[in-house]
Amino acid sequence: MDYSYAPLLFFAGIGAAFAIFSVVGAGSLAGPKRYNRAKVDAYECGIQPSPQPEGGGRVPIKYYLTAMLFIIFDIESVFLYPFAVSFDRLGLFALIEMVIFVLTVFVAYAFVWRRGGLEWD
Amino acid sequence: MHDATGVASVGWLMIALPLLGAAVLLLGGKALDKAGPYLAVLLSWAAFVIGLLIVLQLRGRGAEERAMHLHLYSWIPAGSLNLDAGLLIDQLSTTFVLLITFVGSLIMVYSLGYMEHDPDKRRFFAYLNLFVASMLLLVLADSYVLLFVGWEGVGLASYLLIGFWNWNPAYATAANKAFFLNRVGDMGMLLAMFIMFWAWGKLDFAGVNAAVAGTGKGTLLAIGLCLLVAACGKSAQFPLQSWLGDAMAGPTPVSALIHAATMVTAGVYLIVRSNVIFTASENARLAVCIVGAITLAAGAIIGCAKDDMKKALAASTMSQIGYMVLAAGLGPVGYAFAIFHLVTHGFFKAGMFLGAGSVMHGMNDQVDMRRFGGLSTVMKITWVTFGLGFLAIIGFPGLSGFWSKDKIIESAFIGEGWKPWVFGLTALLAAGVTAFYMSRLFFMTFMGKRRWTEDVHPHESPLTMTIPMMILAVGSAFLGLILGPTNIITDWLEPVVGAHEEGHPVIGQYPLMAITVVLMIIGVAIAWKMYWRDDVPITPPVGSPLTQAARRDLGQDDLNEAVFARPGLHLTRSLVFFDNKVVDGGGNGMAAGIGGSSARLKKMQNGYVRSYSLTMLLGVVAILGAWWVVQ
Amino acid sequence: MTSPATFTQAHISYAAVVPMLVIFGAALVGVLVEAFLPRAQRYLVQLGVTLIGLVASFLTLVLIARNNRGVTAASAVVIDAPALMLQGTVLVLSFFAVLLMAERFDTKYPDAFTQSGASVPGSPTETNAVRLGATTTEVFPLTLFSVGGMMLFVASGDLLIMFIALEVLSLPLYILTGLARRRRLLSQEASLKYFLLGAFSSAFFLFGSALVYGATKTIQFGALADAVASTNGRDDILIPGVFLIAVGLLFKVGAVPFQSWTPDVYQGAPTPVTGFMATTVKVAAFGAMLRLFYVALDGLQWNWQPVLAVIAVLTMIVGSVFAVTQTDIKRLLAYSSISHAGFLLIGVVALNKTGLSGTMFYLVAYGFTTIAAFGIVALVRSSGSEATHLSQWAGLGRTSPVLAATFSFLMLGFAGIPLTSGFTAKFALFSSAVGHGATWLVVVAVLMSAVTAFVYVRIIVLMYFSEPTGDTQVVMPSPLTGIAVTAGALMTLVLGVAPAPLLNLAQHSALFMR
Repeated sequence: MDYSYAPLLFFAGIGAAFAIFSVVGAGSLAGPKRYNRAKVDAYECGIQPSPQPEGGGRVPIKYYLTAMLFIIFDIESVFLYPFAVSFDRLGLFALIEMVIFVLTVFVAYAFVWRRGGLEWD
Repeated sequence: MHDATGVASVGWLMIALPLLGAAVLLLGGKALDKAGPYLAVLLSWAAFVIGLLIVLQLRGRGAEERAMHLHLYSWIPAGSLNLDAGLLIDQLSTTFVLLITFVGSLIMVYSLGYMEHDPDKRRFFAYLNLFVASMLLLVLADSYVLLFVGWEGVGLASYLLIGFWNWNPAYATAANKAFFLNRVGDMGMLLAMFIMFWAWGKLDFAGVNAAVAGTGKGTLLAIGLCLLVAACGKSAQFPLQSWLGDAMAGPTPVSALIHAATMVTAGVYLIVRSNVIFTASENARLAVCIVGAITLAAGAIIGCAKDDMKKALAASTMSQIGYMVLAAGLGPVGYAFAIFHLVTHGFFKAGMFLGAGSVMHGMNDQVDMRRFGGLSTVMKITWVTFGLGFLAIIGFPGLSGFWSKDKIIESAFIGEGWKPWVFGLTALLAAGVTAFYMSRLFFMTFMGKRRWTEDVHPHESPLTMTIPMMILAVGSAFLGLILGPTNIITDWLEPVVGAHEEGHPVIGQYPLMAITVVLMIIGVAIAWKMYWRDDVPITPPVGSPLTQAARRDLGQDDLNEAVFARPGLHLTRSLVFFDNKVVDGGGNGMAAGIGGSSARLKKMQNGYVRSYSLTMLLGVVAILGAWWVVQ
Repeated sequence: MTSPATFTQAHISYAAVVPMLVIFGAALVGVLVEAFLPRAQRYLVQLGVTLIGLVASFLTLVLIARNNRGVTAASAVVIDAPALMLQGTVLVLSFFAVLLMAERFDTKYPDAFTQSGASVPGSPTETNAVRLGATTTEVFPLTLFSVGGMMLFVASGDLLIMFIALEVLSLPLYILTGLARRRRLLSQEASLKYFLLGAFSSAFFLFGSALVYGATKTIQFGALADAVASTNGRDDILIPGVFLIAVGLLFKVGAVPFQSWTPDVYQGAPTPVTGFMATTVKVAAFGAMLRLFYVALDGLQWNWQPVLAVIAVLTMIVGSVFAVTQTDIKRLLAYSSISHAGFLLIGVVALNKTGLSGTMFYLVAYGFTTIAAFGIVALVRSSGSEATHLSQWAGLGRTSPVLAATFSFLMLGFAGIPLTSGFTAKFALFSSAVGHGATWLVVVAVLMSAVTAFVYVRIIVLMYFSEPTGDTQVVMPSPLTGIAVTAGALMTLVLGVAPAPLLNLAQHSALFMR
């Protein structure tokens, strides 16, 4: 039997135990219990949660646009990071490729910018 | 096989010229309204001249040297199937070429008069030219695939011409029915080709003929039956015959050319062209004989009951083609006679249809024979020419039909066991019935008392119409005599259809001839009594159950409707809005049945993404499940 | 930390992939045009960029890529004869589809595309866009991106590139589907449906790729073929993986039981887009399927052939039978496309050289006929919008004889009447299956051709033998649609009468590289 994964399991166990202890155990044992409106609300990235009308309601479509833009640039940075880390070994070819990649993303950016995708209202 | 030389090397012109005519006329626009029809006729005659020159060229060579192959171009080079487009110019195809171009051109001349006042005659002549080109392609093709091209082409032309006067919905329905029953036949043709390809990897006639020897009986039978289905569709044979009567909705010259003289005989051509296959498969030939016998009897019975002049002639066509199919099914003893009868029939039936057209021309387009009578006095030329055709078809001694039909009856009696008796007697008795119904038609139209409606003033037709009728009448009279007793036709066709076997009929040749003539006389006599001497009632009598059934085409449409149409129709009618007009018994019934099931299945397409994705998931599960089960 | 393995730069033969680069470059230019040019100039410039891009790509394909075939980019892209042939087909068909998309009827009749795709139907934004006379020019770069994806799809050398190409070709299509001018809600619903189901099928594809990778430790087709030949005891995850990949591809061609999106999307999408989708996507998806099964999974044929054969039969039957009761011309053509997908699957099942060349020929033939047919559908109008209900087509033979005659001819082409491309294509394709143990498939196919023939003939009958309804008009098209329809009809005829050059090309192209 191969025990090389044992430490992983061990750490996972400790992590789970810590999570359970801190959320369920410690909080309920030690914390003061003073509820207010903000505390029982759902957590939405720190902004005011949208009101919940009957039937679930709608989230403004603009959120999606922002989220999509975020994903585009997020993925760009995900590509840029490993490139930056091993830039010295990759050489000129990779630099050119990366510049092309960034340029194509900028084309998309230019489109969004010119067509008013960055304006909130 | 020799490559084509001399005139034959430009044989493709025979097809190209009429096709060019069709294109020019269709695309030419109104500018050609006047000159167009003449151009069409001219091109058709040009094709005839080329055909004639080729035949003269062939006659100058030895019997075995005559068949020539004209390679046109490499058509479908699909890997293992290398299909060239080429023409096969041999005795069989040139016989057809002469028939098609000669009769076709005559009928086009006739149409110049018949369609003179039709505002759309340019289109009409374009279609006629298209038909001639397709038909020539059909008979000249050197492979089944190219034959199929012509086969579909004549179907298309026929469809367009039946529905030429498409402002009448009944005519449109007729065109439809013709198309669907023909599609059934086409399916047979396609399947036959695929079986051939599967078995031999070849589809050209030479290749197929060479490969037949050594092939299993089952394969040959399958091919034979599929070819038979194809022939049934095109030649209006049982059980796909019901479209022919309705096809009479088209202009009369069309009925003469397509639905009497040429296109409907394509099935016979197909069988004779495939003679190597049929000779090798006795069971396939038996099936052909049975179909032919049933049709020739059914056609004769239906012919006795029809009061519509053109429909009676259509029934007679069906019956006569039944004779040809029967002859073709008899094998080497019959192939040549099938073609012989086909040629003579082409002349006399076309002549009679033109006569019918001439009568209609004079009678304000009426077709009800009960309102005719006594026309012999006012339409003398029509009467005489029609009379010659009539005498020819009933087999009056000496005239064309006598020589050709008699030979088929005689051949049907050749053989052993039950077959000669069944087929022979059917052919023999039907000959008597033929004499009866043709005499009925002739007497009701031209003899006896005048039963005209008030407003008609019958008159003889113009010369453009009567001259073709006269020429065809001469052919009806003498063609049989020239070709038959001299053995010209059998000798001519021998290299293609194989040596003619001299068999011995179970009844002697001369007694048989005598019986045939006696039966003919009896048939004519009965008709004479009923329809010439006695008065013909203007409203049809109720008649016996057989008469009633025959009036309804022996229940063919009812059968189709009960089996296929009614269950499906009920479901489909509300769903498919125009099926009321279109699905009308006949061949459409099957489609209506499919329509019914389609409507039920339609519910699965409900528009919800969730059910669509569920279907997909179930599909995946089914595939994987099936794999695991098989594992 | 140990130093990572040395980086080896993959060799890329730019000469081989230049057609794709041209297309993607043109698409990027198109996006910039959208961004920086004033509204009034965009249409003409976009049209120019797109058409020049397509033509230039085709020229580079013929002049450069053709002479630089090979496996390139670390075996991720394979530019071989079938890839070139299919890429060329996609380019040519796209050219005509773009002509259809470019049709603008000024103010007399509404165009196919909405003025403002992003606005809510009936909202002030939309009204405003209509008032300004806006026109959706984004369709051109979107189309180019999709075309680029298709070109990569048929040339992909491994499963990952194939997946990426699949997404690149699909995503623009989802958007294009939702841009119809009339019946906006139907169009948007179709778009969403297509997207959701497309994502669903992509997931199957990806999951299948993962399983195949797990079983064979490779995703490259050539290596896969070797691995498949030598896998021992790994069938339990390899075969399901193969089937799941197949599901992703079968979805794209609309094979049963993954066809349910087809009618809804074909109906909802703007007609030129439907024409584009119906032709090029089929070419691309069948190209990819042929490559996958012929190159990578050849050794597993005993496993997938029966499954595909059953699917082919189901597809033919469902497509043909459903088409009978359709009353909407676009839905009818959708079902017809399903049945054609069934016919085409025969070529995949055949797994021989004839099957490959036959399928490629069929795709070209079917593509031209379909483009022309959809081009005509867009011209038949009733009170402004397209008259897609069949009853509105009644009597067209009398009111507009040229259009009716052309459409009838195209229908005969679909039905496979001789001397049209449909006959040659069916013959070339079916004969590949005959004699390779799949004769029964051909019998079904012939029977189903007869059923579909009924469907097509019904339309002809309707146009010629029924009374005109009165309120249906036929729009006189600009030369753009005129060229596309004429070319489609002409090719339908030419490929029926003299198909030899193209058939020869298809045969010479029928050899995959690994």
